[in-house]
Amino acid sequence: MDTTTLIDNGILKQHLIDPEICIRCNTCEATCPVGAITHDDNNYVVRADVCNGCMACISPCPTGSIDNWRTMPVARAYTIEEQLTWEALPPELAPDVLAAEGAAPSAMDTALASSAPAAPVEPGTQAFRSAQYGATVPPWSAAHPYTNLFPPKSPTTATVVGNFNCTEAGFESETHHVVLDFGSMPFPVLEGQSIGIVPPGTDVLGKAHHARQYSIASPRNGERPGYNNLALTVKRVTTDHDGNAVRGVASNYVCDLKVGDKVQVVGPFGSSFLMPNHPRSHIVMICTGTGSAPMRAMTEWRRRLRSSGKFEGGKLLLFFGARTQQELPYFGPLQSLPKDFIDINLAFSRTAGQPRRYVQDLMRERAADLAALLRDGNTHFYVCGLKSMEEGVVMALRDIARDSGLEWEQVGAVLQREGRLHLETY
Amino acid sequence: MSTINYSEKIPNNVNLGEDRTLQRALEGWQPNFINWWDDVGPEGSTNHEVYLRTAVSVDPQGWAQFGHVKMRDYRWGIFLNPGDANREIHFGDHKGEKAWQDVPGEHRANLRRIIVTQGDTEPASVEQQRHLGLTAPSMYDLRNLFQINVEEGRHLWAMVYLLHKHFGRDGREEAEALLQRTSGDVDNPRILGAFNEKTPDWLAFFMFTYFTDRDGKFQLSALAESAFDPLARTTKFMLTEEAHHMFVGESGVSRVLARTAQVMNELKTDDPAKVRAAGAIDLGTVQRYLNFHYSVTIDLFGADQSSNAAIFYSSGLKGRYEESKRTDDHILKGQTYKVLEVKDGQLLEKDVPMLNALNEVLRDDFIKDSMAGVGRWNKVLEKAGIPTRLSVPHKAFNRQIGALAGIKMSPDGRVVNEVEWAAKRDEWLPSAEDFAFVASLMGRVVEPGKFAGWIAPPVMGINRQPIDFEYVRFN
Ligand SMILES: Cc1cc2nc3c(=O)[nH]c(=O)nc-3n(C[C@H](O)[C@H](O)[C@H](O)COP(=O)(O)OP(=O)(O)OC[C@H]3O[C@@H](n4cnc5c(N)ncnc54)[C@H](O)[C@@H]3O)c2cc1C
Ligand code: SF4
Ligand code: SF4
Repeated sequence: MDTTTLIDNGILKQHLIDPEICIRCNTCEATCPVGAITHDDNNYVVRADVCNGCMACISPCPTGSIDNWRTMPVARAYTIEEQLTWEALPPELAPDVLAAEGAAPSAMDTALASSAPAAPVEPGTQAFRSAQYGATVPPWSAAHPYTNLFPPKSPTTATVVGNFNCTEAGFESETHHVVLDFGSMPFPVLEGQSIGIVPPGTDVLGKAHHARQYSIASPRNGERPGYNNLALTVKRVTTDHDGNAVRGVASNYVCDLKVGDKVQVVGPFGSSFLMPNHPRSHIVMICTGTGSAPMRAMTEWRRRLRSSGKFEGGKLLLFFGARTQQELPYFGPLQSLPKDFIDINLAFSRTAGQPRRYVQDLMRERAADLAALLRDGNTHFYVCGLKSMEEGVVMALRDIARDSGLEWEQVGAVLQREGRLHLETY
Repeated sequence: MSTINYSEKIPNNVNLGEDRTLQRALEGWQPNFINWWDDVGPEGSTNHEVYLRTAVSVDPQGWAQFGHVKMRDYRWGIFLNPGDANREIHFGDHKGEKAWQDVPGEHRANLRRIIVTQGDTEPASVEQQRHLGLTAPSMYDLRNLFQINVEEGRHLWAMVYLLHKHFGRDGREEAEALLQRTSGDVDNPRILGAFNEKTPDWLAFFMFTYFTDRDGKFQLSALAESAFDPLARTTKFMLTEEAHHMFVGESGVSRVLARTAQVMNELKTDDPAKVRAAGAIDLGTVQRYLNFHYSVTIDLFGADQSSNAAIFYSSGLKGRYEESKRTDDHILKGQTYKVLEVKDGQLLEKDVPMLNALNEVLRDDFIKDSMAGVGRWNKVLEKAGIPTRLSVPHKAFNRQIGALAGIKMSPDGRVVNEVEWAAKRDEWLPSAEDFAFVASLMGRVVEPGKFAGWIAPPVMGINRQPIDFEYVRFN
């Protein structure tokens, strides 16, 4: 890597040292071949104009504190004077600030040209494994997430500031919208991340309950913008996957919480199921039930950003499945979103007198639009919800690709490698 | 030159194969080293495969390679930083002359003494840490302990190489003696006091790696300036390894503090008894451990006035920390430095010739560096909203060496009488009860990703591995 690849369209990947982890051992300064590192009594810092990203300092650093990078407009790169005063790394620049600088996205066509063709598979010799197409990297324009600030060994406490049923009352399946406030404790999150809730008490063996994961349903600046809070969408579990009656430990605890109650929280978790931030990115969201939580978060963040006029080129397409309309979380609020903002497709599998429809059926109906989006390097797919939906959805994508003349093995591999197909099912 | 040949019995980047006599001599020393490792190295660890960092070359790409290795199979070798044929001596009476590749006759005894003293500390710390593997608070910590152990072993090799290569027969004898002394042995102890102290528990270990390995950093930095080029190159490479040891200490104490703060916040208490009852280490105990390790370590820099230090500097054997970054004349004749003394029950500063005060100069550099790290520990408490702050005790507190030896001094710098000292001792230094309490917390936790209740998990894993990575495989 050299300077020219670090700087792209006036955007710099700036190399920074985390002052909270660095032990000031001088190894990096002694190692750097170009003298990019310097220090004072307070901090070790990297000169942005000298560092060429050669990575020579990365593995010798005993703490890992030196492997930090921030996407910055060159004109705004942090000076060493600034860095010398830091007590902690600054957060990533807000996505709208960066998006305004507009770095060029990679086009699907060039990416396809460079990907090696996959080995041909005899039809029927191999089971289709949908999970292999799930990305483990975030989209290139995603903001950088914080993870594990509160690991399972040291949870933090949040206060319940809201809890209501967001499905129609009186139906057997009930889903709650729960808002948690962190007071002044740091708990920065991004759309697509999840948190863990530690239910009080112990299991039958007398061991403390393990934490259950819940996706964040609110955007990064809070369910109530500007407050340190977030929302969850939690379904009360009353039967197990086979339909036998059980009372889910965490979900019932959460659904029964009262405003003012304190909850033990771990996390945040997740560093790849993150939304793209650049203005021309399209987001295709496919979910069932509480899998809608991250979709709600992304949609709401886009809605808030749209008021600044920055996402006109980017499409939002939602495929949402539930058994009935009454069981679909947020049905009301969804209806009130403008049609030119989000393209909503609802599938109900248990509406009396109607054939069963699943999200993948709707996807096939919209094959023409999805095929166009599959060819566009700005498109990102998110799948979240029950495990059983995952295979059907990825297979539908495969078929849509093939029917429109694309090689799925290649497209799928590119989507996976570029962090543009994300699967989160449970 | 910089690549290390691992197919050789003794991996090296010094063309050992070309010097048969030296090679045979070192191959003769090697079995004794392995015996020493078996006898007093990490207890009960023979079959563990540890995720160790090994150098395959001394350039940045090569010196931090990771993989699971049995410690006994770790290839201890001889690695020197790349040399510069035109390097000049940059301080002392020989300033401007070419650096020495061989030992000048007139400095032979002093250089040998410096190398032996440094070499003696390396196996000593392995001996001091011998039992800690049995009480590791996590698999992550266990791996860090073992990494430190093998590297201390390699530092011993580094010094033994210099002794064998440059000091003939007496060099070989000194190298043997390094394996015969044992930390804390009544009859044949290690040379320096701090290396005969026990490292009874993990809090002591973290304090030791924070403070005492930092002494190592400053001593090695001063030697890395040496006019004797092989010593300079050897210690430069050792410094890159030493950094990890200080990291273990600094982050270890940080994690203890993070856990304690968490317990204090949960229980809404600063009562040490309640904190202890909850299985965390109260901040008073941490402060007392700090006082002890700090004061014992600053003694390692030697007497505050020393004609040896002056000779070492003027003759170019040992420079100052960051010598080349300093802007004075690098000869220091006619300059003065302030040292402390006690007169009529009062602490006074007096000016002494700078050359004689070089131990004190190095000690003061160390103190500044240590205090900055204590400041970082305090940030952990600050962030958690705990008002208590840790501090380093006064420089004259609990000293056994130099003009301040034996003076009774409170941590905040008051000269006190014997009666007050005796009354307050257990407030200032760890008491038998403190040791017993910390010892009571030391149970072994080695399930991946699990941590003992008195310590928080680290911020990130080693080599960017996950925290629950299998750092040690028990076979
Ligand atoms: C990344 C991730 C994100 C998640 N996000 C959400 C979310 O946003 N909202 C949400 O409600 N849940 C979400 N979950 C699921 C959640 O973590 C719990 O599994 C769920 O709430 C059940 O926990 P419980 O303690 O109530 O049940 P348990 O006491 O753990 O289990 C009781 C029984 O119910 C079965 N069971 C578990 N989950 C379900 C289910 N969903 N349907 C039917 N049977 C089940 C179990 O197999 C078991 O037999 C997410 C899971 C993951 C891994
Ligand atoms: S990446 Fe290379 S140039 Fe940049 S600071 Fe590290 S060693 Fe120096
Ligand atoms: S090597 Fe790492 S820990 Fe050491 S000073 Fe550099 S950034 Fe800090």
